[in-house]
Amino acid sequence: MSKYLVNKFLYTIDRDPDLVERYRQDPAGTVAWWEAERANVILNCPGAERSTWLSFTDAERDALSGHDYVALFELGAHNFLLLTLFIALFERDYDEPLAFQREFAARLSHWSVPYPDIAT
Amino acid sequence: MATIAAIIASTHHPFYLRATTATGDDRPPFADEWQAKIEAFRETLTRARPDVLVMVGSDHFHQLWLDNMPQFLIGKAPFYDANYYNEEREFGLPRMKLRGHEDLSAHLLRGGIDAGFDLAFSNELRVDHSITCPIITLRPQADLPIVPVYTNIFAPPMPQPRRFAELGRAIRALVESWPSDQRVAIIGTGHLSLELGGPRQFGPHGPDPEFDRKAVGWIASSDLDAALAEVSLDSLWQPGNATHGFMDFMLMMGVAGDNAKADYADSLDLFHTMEAYFTWYPEGEAGGGEGGAGGAEGWAGGAEGWAGGAEGWAGGAEGWAGGAEGWAGGAEGWAGGAEGWAGGASRKAAP
Repeated sequence: MSKYLVNKFLYTIDRDPDLVERYRQDPAGTVAWWEAERANVILNCPGAERSTWLSFTDAERDALSGHDYVALFELGAHNFLLLTLFIALFERDYDEPLAFQREFAARLSHWSVPYPDIAT
Repeated sequence: MATIAAIIASTHHPFYLRATTATGDDRPPFADEWQAKIEAFRETLTRARPDVLVMVGSDHFHQLWLDNMPQFLIGKAPFYDANYYNEEREFGLPRMKLRGHEDLSAHLLRGGIDAGFDLAFSNELRVDHSITCPIITLRPQADLPIVPVYTNIFAPPMPQPRRFAELGRAIRALVESWPSDQRVAIIGTGHLSLELGGPRQFGPHGPDPEFDRKAVGWIASSDLDAALAEVSLDSLWQPGNATHGFMDFMLMMGVAGDNAKADYADSLDLFHTMEAYFTWYPEGEAGGGEGGAGGAEGWAGGAEGWAGGAEGWAGGAEGWAGGAEGWAGGAEGWAGGAEGWAGGASRKAAP
């Protein structure tokens, strides 16, 4: 379980417009690149002072590579990061305002509280 | 010593600016009522004539991240750039730049730490919509220096609700002991029931109207005993998975004082979440009256000051245009707002 790393992926993609587009176009390739090159970068440290131990589980890698926000919710990804990034990725494909957000909700409708734990 | 000119607690809704500057078919049907309520709420700050704003909010994973997450943080910097690319993208929020008030920041940090709150600090803080939303709604000319106070309502493990109330009480006492002749408004924004990234998000109203009804009652009467008896870190997941933002309202109830009845209270049932707006006047004068019917009388007196408010509005428009590079686009919505102003006296004495 590496919820922190899943959140770090969502966070670092969401704050970079180029990476948002790259992840939309090529999710599996972006996840593979990010895990190899960026997963261990400590955000407030120089590149040489990086971590050595962070990697996704297979389930996390598959969920991210498949744009599978239901699976990510169930793995305990932070709900705010998940929603914000996926709005940026897919809202544009829907004609009606909030249509994507409502579909997102409907696809999680089998859940009631307690939801998966988001604590890291 | 400094004077507390006003205490304001509000929800923050990042779509307000976009909704109320939209025109024609793009303008949502609820925008006129929302704008009228916000403009009436704004007047409760304007008439208090503040010199400096203490702004309580929370970073939404912008500058603060899980590799180094403070629970309570106070900014101490001469300026705060504001808003982020993803807020521009999703909400249409402009880039802003707010002045800081380092002397009051230093006072709150020193005094807060000495009072038992091991506060984090930041000398270079880019604030986000938890602080810029209330600037846009309450002080859009963005002309006053601020002291940002950030709380963690977002990333477990979070502080206990009672700790938010205690920090609010401490901030109140520290501002009152600040050796200055400035008039300080303490403004904090949080949430009622709210769901983000979950099955109950973006419904026709907030995810838990019953919680909202109770919460508005607690806030309007600053009934911390009742709120603390019912609210816990665990229980706040029930009304909606982003409802821990209610703890910032509890902080503001601590600032207002136990059982201090709000001089102004209003709410608006929007899609997705309920909006709620509260103002207290500790010195009694600007609010006029002592709540209830007295508050309504105070408001009638405020109506006379309405024209004066409109002048302030015009002046504000200049501040808006010249205030920051990012603001230019706002000027049109602002002009539309001035028309809405005349009809804007939508107000309830109690929610």
